[in-house]
Amino acid sequence: MAKDNLKKEPLMRIVKRTKNSTISNKMAVIVRVVAILLALIVCGIFIFVLTKTNPIKVYYGMIEGAMGTNRRVWNTLRDTMILLAVSLAITPAFKMKFWNIGAEGQILVGGIATAAVMRYMGATMNGPGLFAVMIVVSIVAGMVWGIIPAIFKAQYNTNETLFTLMMNYIAIQLTSYFCIVWEAVKGSGTIGTINQETRNGWISTSFLGNIFGQFNYSINVILVIILMVVMAYYLKKTKHGYEIAVVGESENTARYAGINVKKVIIRTMAISGALCGLTGFLLVSGSSHTISTNTAGGRGFTAIIVSWLAKFNPYMMLLISFFLVFLDNGAVQIASQYGLNESASEVMTGIVLFFLIGCEFFLNYRVVFRGKHEEA
Amino acid sequence: MNIILIILKKIFTVTFIQKAVTQGIPILYGATGEIMTERSGNLNLGIPGIMYMGGIGGLVGAFAYEQSVAVPNGWVGVICALVVSMLFALIGGLIYSFLTITLRVNQNVTGLALTTFGVGFGNFLGGSLSRIAGSAGQVSVYITGQTFRTKIPFLSTKLGVVSDIVFSYGFLTYFSIVLAIFLSWFLFKTRKGLNLRAVGEDPAAADAAGINVIRYKYVATCTGAVISGLGGLYFVMEYLGGTWQNNGFGDRGWLAIALVILALWKPARAIWGCILFGGLYILFAYVPFGDAMQEIFKMLPYVVTIVVLVISSVREKKDSQAPKSLGLSYFREDR
Repeated sequence: MAKDNLKKEPLMRIVKRTKNSTISNKMAVIVRVVAILLALIVCGIFIFVLTKTNPIKVYYGMIEGAMGTNRRVWNTLRDTMILLAVSLAITPAFKMKFWNIGAEGQILVGGIATAAVMRYMGATMNGPGLFAVMIVVSIVAGMVWGIIPAIFKAQYNTNETLFTLMMNYIAIQLTSYFCIVWEAVKGSGTIGTINQETRNGWISTSFLGNIFGQFNYSINVILVIILMVVMAYYLKKTKHGYEIAVVGESENTARYAGINVKKVIIRTMAISGALCGLTGFLLVSGSSHTISTNTAGGRGFTAIIVSWLAKFNPYMMLLISFFLVFLDNGAVQIASQYGLNESASEVMTGIVLFFLIGCEFFLNYRVVFRGKHEEA
Repeated sequence: MNIILIILKKIFTVTFIQKAVTQGIPILYGATGEIMTERSGNLNLGIPGIMYMGGIGGLVGAFAYEQSVAVPNGWVGVICALVVSMLFALIGGLIYSFLTITLRVNQNVTGLALTTFGVGFGNFLGGSLSRIAGSAGQVSVYITGQTFRTKIPFLSTKLGVVSDIVFSYGFLTYFSIVLAIFLSWFLFKTRKGLNLRAVGEDPAAADAAGINVIRYKYVATCTGAVISGLGGLYFVMEYLGGTWQNNGFGDRGWLAIALVILALWKPARAIWGCILFGGLYILFAYVPFGDAMQEIFKMLPYVVTIVVLVISSVREKKDSQAPKSLGLSYFREDR
């Protein structure tokens, strides 16, 4: 009888981890490291099949590509900070289970607003005043873009994933509209570098130049690090942060506890959109000094993965952003070094992401094999 | 008023309708596939990536065949393209299914990663296929591409305007419409279709009723991926004539996801929806307001989608909503 039962039991079954059986921090790290190693092995096979070169050599080329020179280190840092900023921006909404995949659009409208101020006010107004105006308009633009879907979500429960996705494309078209209106050479469809001679409205890249060399992005870095600390505080220690967490867990609980859910949704999305807009400002004023439909460059989507992998922890986001940017910049380098198409970096990023996403399973569930009985 | 007349005159022409249809068909494939997927409760945001994978798969299949024989036969090329295209799209679907259904990780995150991967994979192979094979220049499978464009004999020439508007396309066009009608019938008139919809609405209830939720989710998601992949194949073969353009497919994959909303999760409704979207997608070229305004007109498909999304959520009509469990993983022991 007992033997029969044993046979009928499936080979393995899945048990969700509860509060009493959470994975230890050490194990969680090990699982992730193993996932990354497996991903690198798969990428290595992919590289070997295509280039017939030793993958270890190729990986060395990657480190070289991302960190090889002073300039490359700063580029990697700059991209890390931008990705981190977007990830921080979407996190409050995300923690509320509001799927804002419209960061791309919110960044772009922030960027357009910044570019407009640089173009039209850059000549007459310079110094702190100009920066203040740029920051305010970029924040307002991003906020508007984020708040529209939030209002409909709060009022009519309109699906925010699809709404924000569509808002991206409207923003992209708006960007190409301005690219033509402002185009540098007629028919080119690109606006070129804004204020190239005067550099009005550019965030200085030579700040702390005698320590880091004339070309650095230390202002961007400092601003985003401050943002990271503030966001960590906001989410963990403030009443707003608590409300966001409750709404994310269960809207009904939140309502029962007397939280005005609609207000929280709209307010949180306003913050999210505003910070995306601010990132647009950092991109336009702080690094590219121009705007195009590629300015956001898919970061709005990558940021969702970053935020989710970090489990909404801002400090973890720094680590994951750095890892992904490192991977991307490194892969671009090896692609050119070995004559591969530059999209090779996206393929490799994709493979690493699959493993990193997949390993979350082992953090949330346990696999119990047949015959192993445990006391409940 | 005059300007509207001018635009209307330009739109009610045979070429405009033909172009709208050609633009619409890849979106129709994508939307049909995504509807099947979403009906099982999976919101697959990887569809744009899968469509790239399907497209490049077709090119790989046809290219391998055309390179291996001296005088390639177009129809054999078509079969090779179809098989490899479906295989590549299936791989995309399996990656998504394994991660979200078996490992139960977040669907949106997985989908976005799949899109990153798929688009990169397509552009990567598309850009380096000919170099990997040791030949120079842009990859091209002219003979297979032309065969995909073969029109129906007789009907496509003898019926005047009707021939031009209705019968001037390759076989993938007609297949997409037949498929959409068939799947509508399947979803709403068969027992299995009912089961699938039940899985998407309330997997726990479906499970209790004895439906194998996991199997339904897997089959629907993978079938959906293969169907969407055909949209990429259509674009590469019939639209481009058997070559690759870097990022040429553009944002059509996202439009396919938008079309699912416009079609209210019913494949047959996506048929007219796709022609409407195709028309809106190219309308900008027919508007005499200058280059900059054209960019504004390119917003139309997205604006229309938002309007439909808002209206359907305000009306709260039961049968025009997204499947209730959309986006959620199913774990039997969850309560």
